[in-house]
Parts: sequence; C-alpha cells; structure tokens
Amino acid sequence: MTTLVQTLIDGVALGSLYALIALGYTMVYGILRFINFAHSDIFMLGAWFSCTIAGLLGWAVGTPPTWAFIVVLLAAMAACGLLGFIIERLAYRPLRSAPRINVLITAIGVSLFLENFGQLPKIFGNTPTKMPALIPDIALGSFAGVRLSLVNLIVIVVAVVLMGALEWLIYGTKLGRAMRAVSYDTKTAALMGIDVDRVISITFVVGSALAAAAGFLQAAKIVAVQQPAHVSWVQLGLKAFVAAVIGGIGNVRGAMIGGVLLGLVEMLGGAYLSSELRVVYVFTMLILVLLLKPEGLLGKTTVEKV
Amino acid sequence: MALLEVQDLHVHYGAVHALQGISFTVEEGQVATLIGSNGAGKSTTLRTISGLVRPSSGSIRFDGQHIGAMAPHKIVRLGIAQSPEGRGVFANLTVHENLEIGAYTRNDRAEVARDRERVLHLFPRLRERLKQLSGTLSGGEQQMLAIARALLARPRLLLLDEPSLGLAPQIVKTIFQIIREINESGTTILLVEQNAHMALRAANQGYVLEVGKIVLADDAHKLSQSDEVRKAYLGIS
Ligand SMILES: Nc1ncnc2c1ncn2[C@@H]1O[C@H](COP(=O)(O)OP(=O)(O)O)[C@@H](O)[C@H]1O
Ligand SMILES: [Mg+2]
Repeated sequence: MTTLVQTLIDGVALGSLYALIALGYTMVYGILRFINFAHSDIFMLGAWFSCTIAGLLGWAVGTPPTWAFIVVLLAAMAACGLLGFIIERLAYRPLRSAPRINVLITAIGVSLFLENFGQLPKIFGNTPTKMPALIPDIALGSFAGVRLSLVNLIVIVVAVVLMGALEWLIYGTKLGRAMRAVSYDTKTAALMGIDVDRVISITFVVGSALAAAAGFLQAAKIVAVQQPAHVSWVQLGLKAFVAAVIGGIGNVRGAMIGGVLLGLVEMLGGAYLSSELRVVYVFTMLILVLLLKPEGLLGKTTVEKV
Repeated sequence: MALLEVQDLHVHYGAVHALQGISFTVEEGQVATLIGSNGAGKSTTLRTISGLVRPSSGSIRFDGQHIGAMAPHKIVRLGIAQSPEGRGVFANLTVHENLEIGAYTRNDRAEVARDRERVLHLFPRLRERLKQLSGTLSGGEQQMLAIARALLARPRLLLLDEPSLGLAPQIVKTIFQIIREINESGTTILLVEQNAHMALRAANQGYVLEVGKIVLADDAHKLSQSDEVRKAYLGIS
C-alpha cells in the first residue's frame, strides 16, 4: 500500500512533466501538421536557462529566497518563448507552402543546431552544471512511509496551474477560438479575418514556454544538469512525444491525459516489475495504443486534408 | 464608381493559367453573378479577391483602394467577407463559436449581439442548434451557417461561392430567398454559381466565365434570355 501511494505520487509528478512537453508537440502538430523535432531541445534549454538565470541573479550560492523559483521559472519560460518565436520565424515560416517533408528535415536541423551550438564553450559548455537549490530538498510530510517532497508538490502544482491556464486560453478566449479555427482549416480561418501567422507565432511561444517550465522543473528535481546533447534530455523529450501520440496528437486534452498516464505506467512498472525496463513500458504502451486505437485516446479519425 | 472593380486579372497556379485577364465590376447595392461550369475559374476569382491567392498581374480595387497584394485578414477588415466553396464551417467548433469567429474582426460586442440576432432571424434553424458542433449539421444547415458567419463580419461586399452546391432543390430555393433578403437589407453581393438559372434570377448583373475568360457580360435578365446562355447553361435549346 505504501509503495503504491508513493508510486502514484511519483508517477503523477513525472507524468506532469511529460504532459507539459507533450502539449507543445501537440499544439504545433494541431496547427501545422508536422512534428517539431526541436521541441525537446527547447525543453532542455529551459533547464539551461534556469541554471543560467539563477546564477546571474546570484542565487547559485547560499539560500535563495523562497519566491526565487517563481522568478526563475517565469524568466526561463519567457526566454524559451522568445526562442520558439524566433525559430518559427526564421526556420519554419519561410517553408509555409513547402512540402511537409522539408519542414520536418528543417526541424531535425534546428534540433541538431541547438544541441551542438549549446555545447560551445562560450554558450553552455559541455560539462554538467549544478542547478542552484531554488527548491530545498525537503519532505512536506511522511505518512506511513509515503514521502511527499516539496519538489514533487511544486512540479504537480505548477503543471496543474499551467495546464489550467492553457485550457482557459484555448477554450475560453477569443484567441483560443482562433487557434482552434486555424488548426481545423487555415485558409478558412484567414477568411474570417484571423491573422494566421500571428496565431502560429503565439502557438510556438506558448508551447515553448510550457516546455521551458518542464525544463525548469526537471532541473529542480535533479542535481546536475547534463550538457545539452545528453541522452537523458533526448529520451525525456521522446517520451513526451510518445505521450502526445498516446493522447491523440493534435489534441490538447489528450496530451495532458497521455502525459500523466505515461508517467503512471512508467512508475508502476518500475515499482512492481523491474526498474530496468522503464523505457520498455513506455513503448509497450505506445504500441498497444497504436494497435487498439491508432488515432490516440482522445484523437479523432481524421481524413488527411488536401 | 463601382464598389468592386477587377481589371485584367491574371492568376497562375504553377503552370496552370487559371484566370486569363478577366475584368468585371460589382456595383454598390447590387447582386452580381459569375456563372460558369466546373473549372472555369470562379472559385479562383473569389479566392484572389479575398487575398488567399496572389494575382500574377492586373488590379482589384475595392471602394477605390487597391487590395491585390493585401493579406486576407486585412481584406476582411476592409469589408469583404466570403462564404467559401464547400462551406468551410469549422466542424470542431459549435454553431455559436462559428458565428463568433465570423465576428472575429469586430470589437463592438453590443452591435455584434444585435447582428447575431438579425442573422438568427434570417436562419431560424441555426438558433435551435447553437450549442451543437457544426460538423453534425446537415449540408443545407452548414451552408446557412457559412453565410450567417460571413454576415457577422458585417461586410459591405459578400462573396458567395456556390451556395447551391449539393443541396436539395427546396433548400436551394430557401437559400436564394435569403440571399435576396440580405441584398435588400443593403449588402452588396458577388455570387458565384454553376446553377445559372437560380443565379441569374437573383442577380442584377451577370458574367459568364469560360476557362479563365469572361465571354459574356450583361444585365442578368438579358443574359438569361440570350441564346448562348440558354443553350449552354440553362439546358434550353
Ligand atoms: N490549388 C490549385 N492548384 C492548381 N490548380 C488549381 C488549383 N485550384 C484550382 N486550380 C485549377 O484552376 C482552374 C480553375 O479552378 P477553380 O477556380 O476552382 O474553378 P471553378 O471554381 O470555376 O470550378 C481549374 O483548371 C483548376 O484545376
Ligand atoms: Mg469552384
């Protein structure tokens, strides 16, 4: 029982990270119908910006104020949001009417660029950086052996708040309505007076900011932030992509549910079967979903549009 | 001066020369129609006016202003709204949300609410379905929604691309009745149709488009009496 509750907490915390990243994949796919391979690098850069910004603000040593993490979180989100905006503008917008494969290859190029450029000595370097202890590693309480750490609580709370805000943006605002219209049919959306390019820009900014939040939270959970191209980032980003596919790529609520579900499966498998095989559970789940419901849990069977 | 003036307009899709120098005008307050068979270039004409397709050469003037190189969303703000071919309703949005999107460019909430009432009065069937996803509507209802949505932009010029397409004769009649009512309340209309019979009855001015060229232009009533149109488009020999 103790293990189960602990595993559920850890699973939801991990799944929240997947969900935050998956949202960016799914939002971009929903509008432009391509997989933004550079998205997991934005997530990684979110962590790196967090370290750098915290260092610049002098919070790398001593005990930073309790609210410091909010400042760093928001700053990293802003930095990655801006980066997402620039990437879309420079790399993807010129290819708007090009075949989708060109855009896909460009996305891989952007991804490789970010990973390798980031390792230059004057940028982030290629030695692991220590993330300042913005969130102290303390347990809020231990009940019958179940440990709820402050970090996990913050991960879950931040994820829930951000996803709530996104849900409100997409389903409760005029901008969100325009995003859904653009995602359904770009040309007709333009006929309604919607500035489609602006909506696409905003989509990249929002998706990148969410990935940055995940990057911050992941950095807050681990001690040392590995260099950009490190396999741990690539793998986490890849799993988040799997979460987006499981939920139904293009579907925002699907990405949230897919993320949390994947985190739970991974942690439950790790706790009760073998912790060596966590990646296997993730891909087994992907294969099962693709076999039983290829369009994803919340995805709709869509006819490819011309 | 005409509300819309198209002069020597050429449009290419790659190697396809879809519009080969067409010229026509739409007078303020009137209904003009562009009739022609499938592939003649009717939709291309409307898409070019709305800014979705760039002209290779020629000019489009709306109320005296050149709009040939303008972005689609800016053209809507100038006062041109379109109900596209195949209706283009956002199936993932409710009927209500589709109507809201139609008023996307407007910030006068009270006026929009009043216009929505007016439009729902024109299309009472939409009122009963406001909360439904518009993908669940019948073809006729989707056509009504597409027109209603365009009207909510409060356009001075309404572009209608084949509103009769694929609809039962009874519904076509209803829709053309409403098109006339819209025009009577002051909106200028450019109507594109394969259904020459209905279109020429609803219009003041008519143009016949054949493979990218305007081959006949006249008063709509006279056009419907002419031998060429009667033979080629009305099936009367
Ligand atoms: N996106 C496109 N790409 C290439 N050719 C097109 C495209 N759209 C239309 N065409 C061609 O342009 C011509 C005019 O088409 P269109 O304007 O759709 O005619 P209509 O609306 O009168 O049926 C046709 O020959 C059609 O095949
Ligand atoms: Mg057409």
